[in-house]
Amino acid sequence: MTATTDAPAAELEIGRARLRKEDARLITGQTNWTDNMRLPGMLHLAFLRSPFAHAKITRVDVSAALEQPGVIAAFSGADFAAEQGSLPCAWPVTEDIQIPAHPPMAVDEVRYVGEAVAVVVARDRYTAADALNAIDVDYDPLSPVLDIRTALDAASPKVHEAGNKSYEWVFANGDVDGAFSDAPVVVERTFRQQRLIPCAMEPRAVVAQWNGDAVTLWSATQIPHILRFALSAFFGIPEQDVRVIAPDVGGGFGSKLQVTAEEVLAVLISRRVGKPVKWNESRSEGNLTVHHGRDQWQRIRVAADRDGRIRGLDVDLLADMGAYLMLVTPGVPLLGAFMYPAIYKMDAYSFKCTGVFTTKMPTDAYRGAGRPEATFAIERIIDELAAELGIEPLELRERNWIRHEEFPFTTICGLTYDSGNYEAATSKAKELFDYDALRREQQERIENGDKVRLGIGISTFTEMCGLAPSRVLGSLSYGAGGWESASIRMLPTGKVEVVTGSSAHGQGHETAWSQLVADQLGVPFEDIRVLHGDTLVSPKGMDTYGSRSLAVGGLAVVQACDKVIGKAKIIAAAMLEASADDLEFSAGRFAVRGDPDASTSIQEVALATFAAHALPEGVEPSLDSDATYDPDNFSFPHGTHLCATEVDTETGFVKIRSYVAVDDIGVVVNPLIVEGQVHGGLAQGIAQALYEEGVYDDDGNLVTTTLADYLVPAASDLPSYVTERTETRASNRLGVKGVGEAGTIASTPAVVNAIIDALRPFGVTDVEMPCTPERVWRAIQSASSGGQGSAEEQHEARQNLASQGNSPQGIGEVPQSGETA
Amino acid sequence: MTHITVTVDGVKYVDQVEPRLLLVHYLREVVGKTGTPVGCDTSNCGACTVLMDGQSVKSCAVLAVQADGSDVVTIEGLANGELHPVQRAFHEEHALQCGYCTPGMIMAAADLLRDNPHPTEAEIREGLEGNLCRCTGYENIVRAVKRAAEAGVTS
Repeated sequence: MTATTDAPAAELEIGRARLRKEDARLITGQTNWTDNMRLPGMLHLAFLRSPFAHAKITRVDVSAALEQPGVIAAFSGADFAAEQGSLPCAWPVTEDIQIPAHPPMAVDEVRYVGEAVAVVVARDRYTAADALNAIDVDYDPLSPVLDIRTALDAASPKVHEAGNKSYEWVFANGDVDGAFSDAPVVVERTFRQQRLIPCAMEPRAVVAQWNGDAVTLWSATQIPHILRFALSAFFGIPEQDVRVIAPDVGGGFGSKLQVTAEEVLAVLISRRVGKPVKWNESRSEGNLTVHHGRDQWQRIRVAADRDGRIRGLDVDLLADMGAYLMLVTPGVPLLGAFMYPAIYKMDAYSFKCTGVFTTKMPTDAYRGAGRPEATFAIERIIDELAAELGIEPLELRERNWIRHEEFPFTTICGLTYDSGNYEAATSKAKELFDYDALRREQQERIENGDKVRLGIGISTFTEMCGLAPSRVLGSLSYGAGGWESASIRMLPTGKVEVVTGSSAHGQGHETAWSQLVADQLGVPFEDIRVLHGDTLVSPKGMDTYGSRSLAVGGLAVVQACDKVIGKAKIIAAAMLEASADDLEFSAGRFAVRGDPDASTSIQEVALATFAAHALPEGVEPSLDSDATYDPDNFSFPHGTHLCATEVDTETGFVKIRSYVAVDDIGVVVNPLIVEGQVHGGLAQGIAQALYEEGVYDDDGNLVTTTLADYLVPAASDLPSYVTERTETRASNRLGVKGVGEAGTIASTPAVVNAIIDALRPFGVTDVEMPCTPERVWRAIQSASSGGQGSAEEQHEARQNLASQGNSPQGIGEVPQSGETA
Repeated sequence: MTHITVTVDGVKYVDQVEPRLLLVHYLREVVGKTGTPVGCDTSNCGACTVLMDGQSVKSCAVLAVQADGSDVVTIEGLANGELHPVQRAFHEEHALQCGYCTPGMIMAAADLLRDNPHPTEAEIREGLEGNLCRCTGYENIVRAVKRAAEAGVTS
């Protein structure tokens, strides 16, 4: 054999902790955020927003605003009535789902505080904000609808004429009644998923510019491609005339997976005034009007034998849709529907979700979207079942989980888990956590009557990601496919452009995709540039959400590389005067088997292709290749997370003492990026457990409009994490699973289980999230005085306190626009 | 309108500004320093942190007129021919993902290390509590500040 093929393979890029290519511009301020855009003649928008949760609009008068110096135009919803259409919902989950009209700007009625009712177009942002005060709106207030548990009562006021129920979606498999009817043990709990506000650090921003009959929209979006399609399909602008650019985007977490009112209106207003327009939200405006997450009541029942074997599971959800259905609002709970059985084997499962309208900001995808809710409920109730049975909670899990030799395993939901090893992840996590020592310390503290108790929380989670096989999405009535697109362009000088349809906003695609392509084509990492986020540059794509980029988009990149190599091989064969069948390709070189001197690099082939002087007959002078990959299956990351909390029983203060996360996300392309994703995910899940809640008062005003009221944790609020991995290969060609949401999905129940574990000796069986010191303290007091302390009872007690005037008071006035400094 | 003279990243600017103009909007929209972003409207997030006369300030909580006569350094002026040690450490420890909080976080960390060149982990976490990050969970930010401290940041 030749020296070339015998030489040790060049170090593979896959698995290398490459420092990120993206960082150079981000650490020096050379970034390209949408709000940085300045176009000649550009005007600024400010929106007047409803101060009422629910009201008829009886009059809007913008004439005084038009008198203000520097104001170019002002409009109310009526001015757009003929062209603004309805914001799309792409996921009609049932045939009889109620999807109300959702005009981007309210015309007759407002249904949540913050809904846009008028807009000013002015020379600069300060002038636009000032002029909002001159707009006169008359409202006829209607009753708000705020509690999904009573919204379906006949006596409830209605959000929409057709009533407050949007849909009911059910799934069942196995004999559920049989599983429960003679079960020795049944445990039932009702859990509260509080409303969350995503709070990506970059507020939304939009710039729209028309050039003749074509429009360019810059937006801080996760979904430039879907947005382009939506602008065309739902707002009448021919698709070929729409270009959407997502420049540098400062985080999304699902909140920028949306077709927003402001995007649509910016396009319409720019066309109306004949000038480019910009809108940039303030944080207060964003907390009101960026879609929210979670907000469910979860009733979950588990039936088991005395030895802990799970017989059946029954889940009944109420999910708050908010005032309208936005892009995937009704589908979010369904992404959880298949995840309640999690890693456990059982005979029967039933699930029901009722989507309910309220006069609040619509909910939609937020990091994990459905799976955090499911994972929380199942991991919490497994702990409750363990306590009921007196079985060690890890032992109970082990008795029920799918053993590693049972993969691939088809779950009670019909999903086929392709790979996993729960034993390995758990064993490693226990060791890193020093599980047995902590259990001993916990016991000692109980025996000593220590006022600070130790709790150990377990979350042996799995999730479904890599969204998604198109045929499965179709079967769930989703309005699009789940494929992803990629193109490889071999440049004449041997450099490579990679065009990806997944649109990065912090995930590090430019680095990770370079690593993938470097391995496939054998070109240096530094010679590769990754292009994304502009529909002119990257015309096809399904964008970034659902931990799909690598498991779907990465596979498309690899598939496109195959095609490049296939084309190059034919030309290389001509160059080497050999048969293509006799060539092998390795580390960037085509070599003739058995002839060490006959080889050529892919870069030389690229140059020869560019020159095109001596290509074989009928061969096109191009190596460029496109691929579109549609996955066969979801991917199923899993892991074991262990959290130790110290709970001060006198103050209710919870301190996370240690947190160990062992994740199996399949093959890792860049461990540095993966670890970062896990860290950030953990922080967001811990934030749900301990800090964050979007709160509406009794009149439907959001009281958590600022980062002073909505507690996104700071460095001092969070622990240091121990992260490790185990690895089983996913069944796709790269063996990759996805990591963007795993940390968030796993960590919330780990933390809450730890708190309950610390307080179980006091009789506490639940604490409503976020587990603030006050709530923890009250749960202890309530349990000590014989109360049950379920989440629902705690919720009621808190509501009663609030209506007596002890609620946290929000700001008195609804912020109406950006920069009212 | 008020007349102000401000040095930004080593260049002197003389401008007429509205008295209510925020320093961050002066930097971004008058001087063109778009490297300093705005993340909130209540001075909680710290994304807009710059150095004013050597001290870190949230530039959304300072009026442009208050910066009259001051020397302001933004993320765009922090590197001096080569990356500032805190910038380099953020890159090497993967202390950023989307990068939106990063300019403010780096400026705040540089100021923290000027005050306390060898902070403990707790001191780093406390010292940066006025700067919010939604991506990293802070783990690698803490590591980066430690690394920069080891590299001996004094400016």
